[in-house]
Amino acid sequence: MLLGFPLLSLAIWIPILAGVLVLATGPDRNAPAARLIALAGSVLGFVVTLPLYARFDPLASGFQFEELAPWIESFNVNYHLGIDGVSLLLILLNSFTTVLVVLAGWEVIRTRIAQYLAAFLFLSGFMNGVFSALDALLFYVFFEATLIPMFIIIGVWGGPNRVYAAVKFFLYTLMGSLLLLVALIYLYNVSDGSFSLLDYYQLPLPLTAQILIFIAFFMSFAVKVPMWPLHTWLPDAHVEAPTGGSVVLAAIMLKLGAYGFIRLSLPIVPDASHALAGVVIALSLIAVVYIGLVALVQADMKKLIAYSSISHMGFVTLGIFIFNAHGMEGAVIQMISHGFISGALFLCVGVLYDRVHSRMIADYGGVVNTMPVFAALFMLFAMANSGLPGTSGFVGEFMVIVGAVKVNFWYAAAAATTLVFGAAYTLWMYKRVIFGAVANRHVAALSDLGAREFLVLGLLALAVLVMGVWPNPFAEVLHASVNDLLNHVTQSKLP
Amino acid sequence: MQFITPLLPAYPELFLLAMACVILVVDLFVSDEHRVVTYALTQIALAGALATTFLTSTAEPAYTFSGMFVDDLMSDVLKLLVYIAVMVLLVYSRAYIAARAMFRGEFFVLALFATLGMMVMISANHLLTLYLGLELLALSLYSMVALQRDSAVATEAAMKYFVLGALASGMLLYGMSMLYGATGTLEITRLAEIIAGLGAKDVVLVFALVFVVAGLGFKLGAVPFHMWVPDVYHGAPTAVTVFIGSAPKLAAFAFIMRLLAQGLGAEQLVEEWQRMLIVMAVASLAIGNVTAIAQTNLKRMLAYSTIGHMGFLLLGILSGNLVGYSAGMFYVVVYVLMNLGAFGMIMLLSRGGFEAEDLEDFKGLGARNPWYAFVMLLLMFSMAGVPPTVGFYAKLIVLQAVINAGYVWLAVVAVLFSLIGAFYYARLVKLMYFDAPADTAPIAPRGDVHVLMSANGLAMLLFGILPEPLMALCIRSIQASL
Repeated sequence: MLLGFPLLSLAIWIPILAGVLVLATGPDRNAPAARLIALAGSVLGFVVTLPLYARFDPLASGFQFEELAPWIESFNVNYHLGIDGVSLLLILLNSFTTVLVVLAGWEVIRTRIAQYLAAFLFLSGFMNGVFSALDALLFYVFFEATLIPMFIIIGVWGGPNRVYAAVKFFLYTLMGSLLLLVALIYLYNVSDGSFSLLDYYQLPLPLTAQILIFIAFFMSFAVKVPMWPLHTWLPDAHVEAPTGGSVVLAAIMLKLGAYGFIRLSLPIVPDASHALAGVVIALSLIAVVYIGLVALVQADMKKLIAYSSISHMGFVTLGIFIFNAHGMEGAVIQMISHGFISGALFLCVGVLYDRVHSRMIADYGGVVNTMPVFAALFMLFAMANSGLPGTSGFVGEFMVIVGAVKVNFWYAAAAATTLVFGAAYTLWMYKRVIFGAVANRHVAALSDLGAREFLVLGLLALAVLVMGVWPNPFAEVLHASVNDLLNHVTQSKLP
Repeated sequence: MQFITPLLPAYPELFLLAMACVILVVDLFVSDEHRVVTYALTQIALAGALATTFLTSTAEPAYTFSGMFVDDLMSDVLKLLVYIAVMVLLVYSRAYIAARAMFRGEFFVLALFATLGMMVMISANHLLTLYLGLELLALSLYSMVALQRDSAVATEAAMKYFVLGALASGMLLYGMSMLYGATGTLEITRLAEIIAGLGAKDVVLVFALVFVVAGLGFKLGAVPFHMWVPDVYHGAPTAVTVFIGSAPKLAAFAFIMRLLAQGLGAEQLVEEWQRMLIVMAVASLAIGNVTAIAQTNLKRMLAYSTIGHMGFLLLGILSGNLVGYSAGMFYVVVYVLMNLGAFGMIMLLSRGGFEAEDLEDFKGLGARNPWYAFVMLLLMFSMAGVPPTVGFYAKLIVLQAVINAGYVWLAVVAVLFSLIGAFYYARLVKLMYFDAPADTAPIAPRGDVHVLMSANGLAMLLFGILPEPLMALCIRSIQASL
């Protein structure tokens, strides 16, 4: 019955329209209305993505739910949408996270609430657009458009050093994506005037061109992931962003980079991907090991989680560039799981920050005495971040390591150190914040989770556990898509 | 009536000329309290010219005055945009000039004559017609800059503008005279035929080209002929700055099309001027964007940003084919829209005795007036070329033309400099949204300004989401006219 219904367009435009409505409520005195519209919009946005999963055919290869309409006819640009298993999961994650972020900002944000909520709704719509675009220019437009709301979110509602962080974030990501634009226009010219990604998949390209295109793509996506050594904007952005901003940044925006590798780099320039895989793998392993060690010495909780994100995203790029089914599926699962876990950890820090207004580990201690429920949930997420079996964190990392063993034992060995370092920095932080004697009067005055906070964290805990115990619903939609992708990667496109 | 019909293509110009003379006379009998009559008449004159142009528009190029004057689709589209730009900027300027004792007949009459000059330039098919239009425009602008007699900065700016402008005109004339010497004609379509017939490269022609391109560079404000731009933009009253920075760019684009693409578009010359334009474009992008960062005055910053934008425009033109010309046209149209909005916003925030021209004056606009801050945000991101604003598509199709012509490295250079450009546009957004307001005076513009300013900002978004109509219009008018 719903066939032919433009579900993807709805997933993109419902949040954006809701954002416009929220903006229309105007000044802060109308905040209750703004909150309700935002919540309704985000929930509706999530609900329309559910039929996508229900109606998704996990056995079919290629793209599903395609929508095609001319957009800029002079340049043969089409409004072309379609998803495969990878995009499906990311869209679900994105729409789900938006609901949580709206809830998380409910009382915490006190100034310019309508603008704050609208920025997140716009962001959500744009990111759904990135995940479903099959036209290169459409992809680029959505990809870039995400910059504006995030720039504002960090800059307006962020911490003391927010301006520096916002500008750094903006310029870093813009630098990468402008090179991406040049590469896309080059492809448009060599493909005789097409912006369709599907055409690019079939386009033969000489190796030099492939390598240059790969580098342009890489500059864009590696900054977003972010990969060492292009990661330095992330800790700043995370530390200064408001809690909701950090959650969206870690849970979804970082995935835009990895998604770009999967959707653009690998199928369009497979030979260059093979030629340069060694470099990417090396950078990924440096991220996993070195950034893991950097995380160990952080005194600021948000910074620690930010570095942990970089380290975990190293797993994702490693999994993508070892070119086998385990690695690739593991990478996608890891993306989703990291979306839940990092989002949850940032929310946990947010819960503490709202009460004590400090992110420093040294300012806490013995929180379990005053916030037992919170401590229990935080424990779950900390364990998941360390990759404990039975939580979602384990599944992806395990699959990537299995995939890596097939390629080179030492890749796997280096990657596996994260199980040690990850546990070390996460649990050490947890111990210092939660356990021990009550550190000071601020901690003594803490009150446990409110209903709203409990709902948000509880939903995430459920997701983490379900995915850890029963990953099959997530993995099964990926098989056909990952096979497609690997087929593209193994076929040489040299003329 | 029989003898008038051959002048049909020039009806809009004749109409505007007549109206300008009428207004000149009527203004004598209007007292200062009723000066609004002059203003209304000026708007009516422009609207009338708009209607005339629209009604006399033909698909095929129509020539008159013995082939000295042409009316084709490109000229119609550009003229319509010129009227709209002038009408909009007059609305924006009204309160501003009224507060500075410039709400006088001279301002409006000069504006009309400048508009007439632009129209003649746009429709010129003869080097002398081209020059005539250019001088009419330039002389009107010189006097408009100097209109605020008591202001030392404005007088200095006018002087500088006049001296350098005259120099540029001289160069241009010198180049034109050499073209005449080499070919024996001044008519642009004839010129193209004769040069195409010459075949081999003629040294005199290349020499002439150098002077013509230098003259063009001056008028556009491209590096290394850009020195007047920041001082004039800064020194002139903002109402005049927005005039200089908007509609004349459309005329300058037509000027380049007529002269380089039509007159000197023969193959052996294209590669010559391509090389010159590459140097000018890269230098403009570099100096415009890098120097803009150091500016604390918004008008100066926008002046340097204009230099950078002109570099981008040249990139489109230097591709030397229809794709590139259409890209250039789209770029210049979008640029004019953005510039109108940005300078309009400066005037909107200014009031009697206070110029909101420093970057600091935009501090905290997001808190003072969220709507105008949002409009300015759209304008700034459009200038920076961030999607989904229309500025992105302008940059996109220029880059596409450049890559299509085989200059991938130029595209990379352009992209890197627009990244630098993004920094100072983002800085203004930062000031508006992230900083606390320094000024708390209420912002209460007239209703028409509010509507137009909102439309101007939203146009950035609207054309950004649906760029096709405007793009197709530019492509069609270039194809029909060149």
